[in-house]
Amino acid sequence: MAAGSEIVIIKNVTKSYRRGNQIVPVLEDISFTIQSGEFIALMGPSGSGKSTLLNLIAGIDKVDSGSIIIGGCEITTLSETELARWRAVNVGFVFQFYNLIPVLTAYENVELPLLLTRLSRRERRDHVEAALEMVNLADRMDHRPSQLSGGQQQRVAIARAIVTDPAILVADEPTGDLDRVSAGEILSLMDHLVQDFDKTIIMVTHDPRAAEKAHIIRHLEKGLLTDR
Amino acid sequence: MFMLKYILRNAFRHKLRALLTVTGVAIAILAFGLLRTLVGLWYLGVESSSSTRLVSRNAISLVFSLPISYKERIRQIPGVTKAGAMNWFGGIYISEKNFFPNFAIEPQAFLDLYPEFLLSPEEQKGFLLDRQGAVVGQKLANTHGWKLGDRVILKGTIFPGQWEFVIRGIYRGAQRSTDETQFFFNWDYLNESLRRTIPRRADQAGIYIVGVANPEKAAEVAQAIDASFKNSLAETMTETEKAFQLSFVAMTEAIMIAIKIVSYVVIVIIMVVAANTMAMTARERISEYATMKTLGFQWHHIAAAVFGESLFIAIFGGIVGIVGTFPAALFIEKELSQFFPTFQVTTTTTVLQLSAAILVGATASIFPTWRAATIRIAVGLRRIG
Amino acid sequence: MTTVLTASGMALVVMVFAATLMLTDGLKKTLVETGSPDNVVVIRKGAQTEVQSGVERLQANLVESLPGIAIGSEGNRLLSKELVVLINLPKRGSNKPSNVVIRGVSSISLALRPQVRLVEGRMPQPGSSEIMTGSGIARRFQGTGIGEHLRFGMRDWTVVGIFDGGTTGFNSEVWGDVDQLMQAFRRPVYSSMLFRLADSNNFEKLKVQIESDPRLTLEAKREPRYYLDQSEAMSKFLNILGMTLTIIFSLGAIIGAMITMYASVANRVAEIGTLRALGFQRSSILAAFLSEALILGLIGGLAGLFFASFLQLLTISTMNWQSFSELSFSFSLTITTALQSIAFSMVMGLAGGLIPALRAGRISIVDALRES
Repeated sequence: MAAGSEIVIIKNVTKSYRRGNQIVPVLEDISFTIQSGEFIALMGPSGSGKSTLLNLIAGIDKVDSGSIIIGGCEITTLSETELARWRAVNVGFVFQFYNLIPVLTAYENVELPLLLTRLSRRERRDHVEAALEMVNLADRMDHRPSQLSGGQQQRVAIARAIVTDPAILVADEPTGDLDRVSAGEILSLMDHLVQDFDKTIIMVTHDPRAAEKAHIIRHLEKGLLTDR
Repeated sequence: MFMLKYILRNAFRHKLRALLTVTGVAIAILAFGLLRTLVGLWYLGVESSSSTRLVSRNAISLVFSLPISYKERIRQIPGVTKAGAMNWFGGIYISEKNFFPNFAIEPQAFLDLYPEFLLSPEEQKGFLLDRQGAVVGQKLANTHGWKLGDRVILKGTIFPGQWEFVIRGIYRGAQRSTDETQFFFNWDYLNESLRRTIPRRADQAGIYIVGVANPEKAAEVAQAIDASFKNSLAETMTETEKAFQLSFVAMTEAIMIAIKIVSYVVIVIIMVVAANTMAMTARERISEYATMKTLGFQWHHIAAAVFGESLFIAIFGGIVGIVGTFPAALFIEKELSQFFPTFQVTTTTTVLQLSAAILVGATASIFPTWRAATIRIAVGLRRIG
Repeated sequence: MTTVLTASGMALVVMVFAATLMLTDGLKKTLVETGSPDNVVVIRKGAQTEVQSGVERLQANLVESLPGIAIGSEGNRLLSKELVVLINLPKRGSNKPSNVVIRGVSSISLALRPQVRLVEGRMPQPGSSEIMTGSGIARRFQGTGIGEHLRFGMRDWTVVGIFDGGTTGFNSEVWGDVDQLMQAFRRPVYSSMLFRLADSNNFEKLKVQIESDPRLTLEAKREPRYYLDQSEAMSKFLNILGMTLTIIFSLGAIIGAMITMYASVANRVAEIGTLRALGFQRSSILAAFLSEALILGLIGGLAGLFFASFLQLLTISTMNWQSFSELSFSFSLTITTALQSIAFSMVMGLAGGLIPALRAGRISIVDALRES
């Protein structure tokens, strides 16, 4: 994907949730685009819909109306199965609480997305080792998450997110559970991925220091984008 | 394969809970197996029935006997190979606790009609020649330490008095299911004694054991026998040995049905316990399943993981239970031999036990599997264990 | 949800436990009520049941002449000589045959058995081929209702009356004139004798007299004792079976309770930490979880008892191994059984919840708060 082209196009997207008997609107007719190679921070007060927007972009939630086109593919028209397959290859997701599988080693956690592809064992091994190298954790590949620190776990999560070489990475409060030093390491890593590997990163955060590392900051308030 | 590895590691993630569930399943499967074997025992007599033997009794009920003169007439019926009188003696050996079936039977008929009781030629001759001779089953002999030539005294209940016998033969069963706890003695010994003491009770057969040449013709021969004694003082009721045994079973059917019901209840109880475990387990891992869905795994992957874990635990517990059934059965056979002369676990029982374990694993996880597989990612991620 | 599941498991176990107790009580009730303590049953020595027993006419007359037998209002001795045999009758609807007791009775038999009342029709005429049937038989066996016929001993017998024996064994019998039946079955001897004691305390003396007489080979028992002995093997078997099953089942339920309680503790670690930080003692935490376990047991027990009570609508009829005759009884729920069941259930809950509760009590405040 050529840098500078529009990799994420969001058009007139509306999303609301049902809470009990009430319908709570979260995103109202929101539209914007993200260029390839950008590092965007989405900020806003709680309830503003930033996580919801992230989920919609990552294809793990469905819009009520509107369309989302990522890398030329209109994901809003895909079925559940197609969406799952699309996700496995095109998106990497990094969570606030790492969400690693506790019974699997670091190596096996990173290998997970590759199991959905047709790669052979040896090919998978190459990808996993490369990813772990990238995040500097090759020496701990046989450790389970419980044997790793918070920062190390998040790095494994990032390795997992990039192992299928997706075009975009989506991160929901990636530094929310880390101390300052680890947070700094993670953010540098993400910056590195954007600068040197042309990844596009969309990050939701309320940590101003994290937002600083991003190129662009966008604010969401009550489901609407404001640009400050 | 990944899924297997994942399932296995997950199963023992929570060691204590897994251990408890496995133990529960094992106990339930063990109990199920023992109960089934108990029910099977009831039908033991039916199982070991011979298709070439008929039983002829007084049509009124077993309580009434048949004249010994009937023997010749029965022998004349076409299709009949042999006939012999047999009386339930109901004697007690030392105390009522030592219950075992004992019968008076005409020796030649016994040897001819019961080929499944294996005796050496010397033992056969001994039985034929000794008026006071008795033939007992191997298991019974072992229980009381009887050897050939030993004198055994039975206290009569139906035929009062102390009756002395000499062990002339110890038979082995031709099949595993053959009852080796029975005691047979010479009918003539009983009859001669009755002729002296209570003449009006002599020359009476409790039942006749009738051998038929062709099992296919068994029903016809039975009818022919009954027809020839119709409208006489003692009408007969002749049926195959299997039907005769079944009628006994049928009379205590209620208890059997109750035990069968109870064996199913055991399975239901453990299903409930296992369902409990799986529900808890699945609930704790919802965010994990949601994460995997994020990575691109689909509902069938998640379903396989949950379902597989439940099956694994259940089958594991089931195998432990099955393995434990054998020593338990052996124990029952040894220690409770007065109630249960044999307590063999059949292959069918083992197969049923395994099926039950699989059933438990499957049903226990229906709801959790469905829940985990259909969880919406956004919802699942929001849950923190 | 998990609470419901655990409680259901316990409820099922309580049902089995209660059912076992109810069964033995029902059985005992049938047997004990089948007999008045002032009545004495005389059968041949060594015979365990009337069916196996034979009493010669001569011996019967000797016993009849003994002092100590009650005299009736008309000056006759309250002693009945009876015949008891079994006949094979097919059941209504299924045609499956079962052994039914036929009792040859005399005019005094009914008087000696106050639990038995004539409810329909009339008594059979002495010297006729008439019979009457117990209500338990009339319902379930072919040819045993009023106006219907049975055929045995080469004669047709007409049912002219139905009697109700309540829960006693007599309810499953057919009665006819003893002399007629003895003729039909060609039995020259009686099976047993039943008589009323003039003075109940005299039993022992009379018993010794009968049993030590060299002309008589008889034994005497009080009627309730006779019936109790008859079903000893059966009750023992049912009892052992029931209890073994209950033990096995309760293990399963306890395991279920343990799993639930452990999870309950694990889920509320933060809560525990907070409470402890606020100043609650370890023992209060322990008590709280124990009470929860007990309540779980209580609910399960009540539910199980509720469903078990419906068993009282069932009547079981089976063949008694010892006497070869029909034994019909139902489940009987007593207050004792109800209380025992609830207690049992609560003990199960306690057993399941004890170790998890101990663990809850032992959690250190720091660990608890950190986990949240």
